[in-house]
Amino acid sequence: MNLTVLLWGIPQAMRAAAKVYPEYAARLKERNLVAQFRLRDKPEGRWIKLENGRITTRSGLHKKPDLDIHFKNRAIAERFLTPPFNLLERVDAAKNFKIGLNGPDELAVWFMQTLARLESVTWKAGTDMGNGVTRYTNGTNGGPIFVYVKDGKILRTTPMDLADDDPESWTIEARGRKFTPPRKTTAAAHAMCQKSMVYSKNRILHPMKRVDFDPNGNRNIQNRGKSEFVRISWDEATDIVSSEIKRAKAVGPGAVCVANGSHHQWGNLGHYLSGFNRFWNLIGATKLVHNPDSWEGWYWGAMHHWGNSLRLGAPEFYGTVEDCLKEAELMVFWSSDPDATYGFEGTQRRAWAKELGIKMVHIDPFMNHTAAHLGGKWIAPKPGTDPALAQALCHVWITEGLYDKAFVEKRTNGFAEWKAYILGETDGQPKTPEWQEKETGVPARDVRALAREWGTKKTYLGAGGWGVGVGGACRGPTGAQWARMMAILGAMQGYGRPGVNFGNLQYGSPLDFNFYFPGYAEGSFSGDLQYSANSANNYQRMPHIVTMSSVRQGIPRMWFPEAIMTGTTPMGYLTDVASVHGQFFPVRYPSPGHAPVQMLYKYGSASFGTMVESNRWVRMYQHENLKFVVNQSVWWEGETPYADVILPACTVFERWDIGEWYNVGAGYVHHMFSMNNHRVISLQHKCIEPLGESKSDYDIFTAICEKLDLGSVYSEGGTTELDWCKRVFDSSDMAQHTTWREFLKKGYFVVPNDPESARAPTANRWFYEGRKKDTPEPYPLPSDYVGNYGEGLQTPSGKFEFIANSLKRIDDPDRPPLNQYLPTFEDQSRDPELAGFPLQLLSPHSRYPFHLMGDDEGSSLRDIREHRVFKDGHYYLVARINKDDAEARGIRDDDLIRLWNHRGSVVCAAQVTSRLPRGVVSASTASAEYRPAGEPGRSTDLGGCVNLLNSSKPITKKSHGIKPNTTLIQVEKWTGVDTWRPLEVANG
Amino acid sequence: MASKWNMVVDVARCNNCRVCFLAVKDEHNGNDFPGYAAPQPAQGHKWLDIRRHERGSLPIVDAHFMPVMCNHCDDAPCMKAATNGAIKKRDDGIVIIDPEKAKGQKQIVDACPYGSISWNEERQLPQIWIFDAHLLDSGWKQTRAEQGCPTAVFRSLKVEDAEMARIKAEEGLEVLKPELGTKPRVYYKNLHLMTKCFVSGSVVKTTNGVEDCVAGAEVVLKQGGREIGRATTDAFGEWKIDRLEPGSGKYQVEVSGSAGRYAGEFELGSESRYLGVMPLG
Repeated sequence: MNLTVLLWGIPQAMRAAAKVYPEYAARLKERNLVAQFRLRDKPEGRWIKLENGRITTRSGLHKKPDLDIHFKNRAIAERFLTPPFNLLERVDAAKNFKIGLNGPDELAVWFMQTLARLESVTWKAGTDMGNGVTRYTNGTNGGPIFVYVKDGKILRTTPMDLADDDPESWTIEARGRKFTPPRKTTAAAHAMCQKSMVYSKNRILHPMKRVDFDPNGNRNIQNRGKSEFVRISWDEATDIVSSEIKRAKAVGPGAVCVANGSHHQWGNLGHYLSGFNRFWNLIGATKLVHNPDSWEGWYWGAMHHWGNSLRLGAPEFYGTVEDCLKEAELMVFWSSDPDATYGFEGTQRRAWAKELGIKMVHIDPFMNHTAAHLGGKWIAPKPGTDPALAQALCHVWITEGLYDKAFVEKRTNGFAEWKAYILGETDGQPKTPEWQEKETGVPARDVRALAREWGTKKTYLGAGGWGVGVGGACRGPTGAQWARMMAILGAMQGYGRPGVNFGNLQYGSPLDFNFYFPGYAEGSFSGDLQYSANSANNYQRMPHIVTMSSVRQGIPRMWFPEAIMTGTTPMGYLTDVASVHGQFFPVRYPSPGHAPVQMLYKYGSASFGTMVESNRWVRMYQHENLKFVVNQSVWWEGETPYADVILPACTVFERWDIGEWYNVGAGYVHHMFSMNNHRVISLQHKCIEPLGESKSDYDIFTAICEKLDLGSVYSEGGTTELDWCKRVFDSSDMAQHTTWREFLKKGYFVVPNDPESARAPTANRWFYEGRKKDTPEPYPLPSDYVGNYGEGLQTPSGKFEFIANSLKRIDDPDRPPLNQYLPTFEDQSRDPELAGFPLQLLSPHSRYPFHLMGDDEGSSLRDIREHRVFKDGHYYLVARINKDDAEARGIRDDDLIRLWNHRGSVVCAAQVTSRLPRGVVSASTASAEYRPAGEPGRSTDLGGCVNLLNSSKPITKKSHGIKPNTTLIQVEKWTGVDTWRPLEVANG
Repeated sequence: MASKWNMVVDVARCNNCRVCFLAVKDEHNGNDFPGYAAPQPAQGHKWLDIRRHERGSLPIVDAHFMPVMCNHCDDAPCMKAATNGAIKKRDDGIVIIDPEKAKGQKQIVDACPYGSISWNEERQLPQIWIFDAHLLDSGWKQTRAEQGCPTAVFRSLKVEDAEMARIKAEEGLEVLKPELGTKPRVYYKNLHLMTKCFVSGSVVKTTNGVEDCVAGAEVVLKQGGREIGRATTDAFGEWKIDRLEPGSGKYQVEVSGSAGRYAGEFELGSESRYLGVMPLG
């Protein structure tokens, strides 16, 4: 199209939009400016003047434009400005300096967004329900939801009922019956509390500054966590933050450190791997190197027997729902509680298994929620002793010939050495059921019976919460041993044959795995190619500008306090999914050539309630080495007041986003949406305006960037969040099935299913049958195949290795190549210093909140009596205690009790139960609240941060995994007077 | 005859996910439905609540959960305690506490034998779960609890009373505290999981000093010579006989398997029992 016409058209369109849309007219009144479009090679162009909302414009050049937008030549300008806009062309033009913009950054962003709104102002969102009610959609960590809004307020949120014209649901035919899931989505508890969280009294509504913090004078760092806060303007807040960034960077690269939790409110754009990632790349910051939380034992341990690095060492799951329902006779749930945390899609499928008469066994010190609901045999080993139980199963299988000899012979190596160990030929101790009884407390007869059942029936092993990993025993002191045993047990039974595989029906729905929609781990608009999975698909499908940080420094997250307080850390190791050996690479702080951390940009406030031995975190904040802390959060949580400046972010209901239910993305829990009965993509509508002065994270980062002249770069030339949603839509396969306007209005899209004949093949079947890999996973990398591409496993031999050869390349005494039983390091009977702590604390993932999301004060979750109990004006976190242990201490239901050891002390409300054996207490890691009774970091916590009690020693000597799942403690009735102080213990 | 609302709750299907509990809170927190219900306080009220009940001891334990709510009784004690016509029974069976007329009437709360009425201190109002009448009246086909429940615990049925009586008989449904004559419209299936006891045990045998579970053994429970129940042991030698009346006195247990027999006696108190290891000889 002709440039003269194009340039003439821009102000015309602006005038027209202002006439029709009052919000556009209001927008034009926000700034007075002169913007000019011109060519570089000729004195041609047009200027547009905005004054009090009125537009004047003329062709030609202006003497003193505020904004100067220039194009190399006419051809480039025409390609850039002619709709429909080709984003790849636009990105190319910007990257190669074919276009440019001179002028104040903030003004440039404002103007470019105003131009972008010419299109988006015509877009309509939501479904009119009558009576002034509009139904929008959104997404959560517990399922997609409808959001009903009236008069600018959220009326209600519900799970989604699918419409009749949404694609047909799948059907599985098994044992003469047909199973089809209900045509609706389910919601976890933490998806149902969202309205109460949006309007919680705990929302941070204004930017704030600590009263005794003077950036130009006395910072009073020792008072962090204790001082009051005063309200300040956004302008002052972004001034302070941007100045502090500059001040820190003057010290050296890496002086700014960024820290976020492992999770986020749902949505691709707002995720920390997207918006925050782009921000920290443009600033340049030291990052915390995350532990592979929830996968510890699989990543550091099991991976060495069979590879699966892309899945952090956990096994495949394709087709297992169908295979299990058709073939399985027994399901063994080992440290497996899928009914906690991740919603209830799988619950419906397990109900079908029960109807089909499939037998169930549950191995868990706690008779967990799934076990209580399904029934079946409950086996309760002492926490951390499960590997011994597993080895005894091997002993029965070997002595009675109850294992898959053909599979072991053809597809594995190292079995002879493993067999010798189990029979006691190497260490003189046969691993019999009688031997394990001394370790685990489980009667020998039960282990024999289980081994015989398992060895004679087609059995699915549901290892971990998802059946294919996650949580539970894998993150205890013997977590690596346990996960390794799960892999070994599977191999002895020939995993991959019909009815024999890994899973508990939580994963493996027969969905379309080829339909592309990006997950949050793919980095969205971050532009980052190194830290996210952006390069897998997203970077080509959604052209955007790359960002890259020049800072290489990382701190192992577990030892962040040590890094700050002592200037160095013990050795950490990488979480690298590309290979098995990536985890051998050390990470240490400080990095060569980098500066020590001066300031912390904390995103969210989860650490006190989730990190191990978190009293260290509390003390870190008050250390003089940490010169400045800014905390960007939605809610006031335990960690929030340990900052100098607080920036209020809004919830996902107050901004635009887009995401698919449980689609995390390429390379990180690949195809996670197979947990669901349907693939549902939500346009996460902005349902209401941000509360108070809170802003979207995108707007906050843009505002700070503007103070550093990075606003245009951050926002990629003034792209709005809604525009990004469209770009994500256009980049996905959805664009082949529906239009943007339809999707924006309806708010959700259900991906059609494959016909039965085209479903993805069953997991591991290819390996069992000696064929090339045929499941739709993009790993192992070609370079990790020992033989021909597509043949065998990601191991040095290509076979399943009973003796893990890759572990011969690292000398880790806690991870010998032969997975021998090494008792937990925390054993009261073996360590006299721990004699005062006779009980074991299990701290599983929380059931009702998602980690601590939803646990905030004001959340409706708090009234759930199995989560918190309201007593003396406060909601105390529930701790389950065995009936006899309670009676011995005079403790009854709802009594306040104190859990403590040398590391920490926490007050909880007792739930007396028979679902735990004597000697075991269970309290989930789920506290959004930190409420020290006395000195922060050195007194009893009333908020419920049980992780204060966990050790910060790594799961194995040469790894970087946490092991919060079991810890030694003592329990007594809470007297109301805090006498506890931290103690240094040699083995702690 | 008019069709009326009834709710059937299946205790066996509830796993305490709390979605129904949260859905009711979500519906009424911050929302005013004039004529139906005033807003619920932000925290503290449990118009629909879940009771929990554990039975047995290691290794044979079960845990069950029961949603409880206003029963919308046909012969409601709260209606008798109310003054000023503050509580009305609709033609479709739903009971509504008028959010205007009921102000200040705290006595209504104590009148309910089920504890289903919550007192709103700020608004000085008694409040109940209203069967989502406001939604049903505007065309919703299900209550919020039913819509959100992932395990099909709830069935709301709009049928004539005669039909409901037939369903009650056919499915063995029960109401809470029937002896009070309140005539609830909320019915429970598998209520025995909350109200009755089970007894259980583990049958074993020892051969050459090695103890093993005994599968397939026959267990017969008797009282005064009369057979009360029987079971067959599973692969772990475990057996369980349910629906026994708490405090029902002495029982005899007789176990027989290919490895021998076992006989015992016990007294059933208020709690379910795990009788322990039963060696065949």
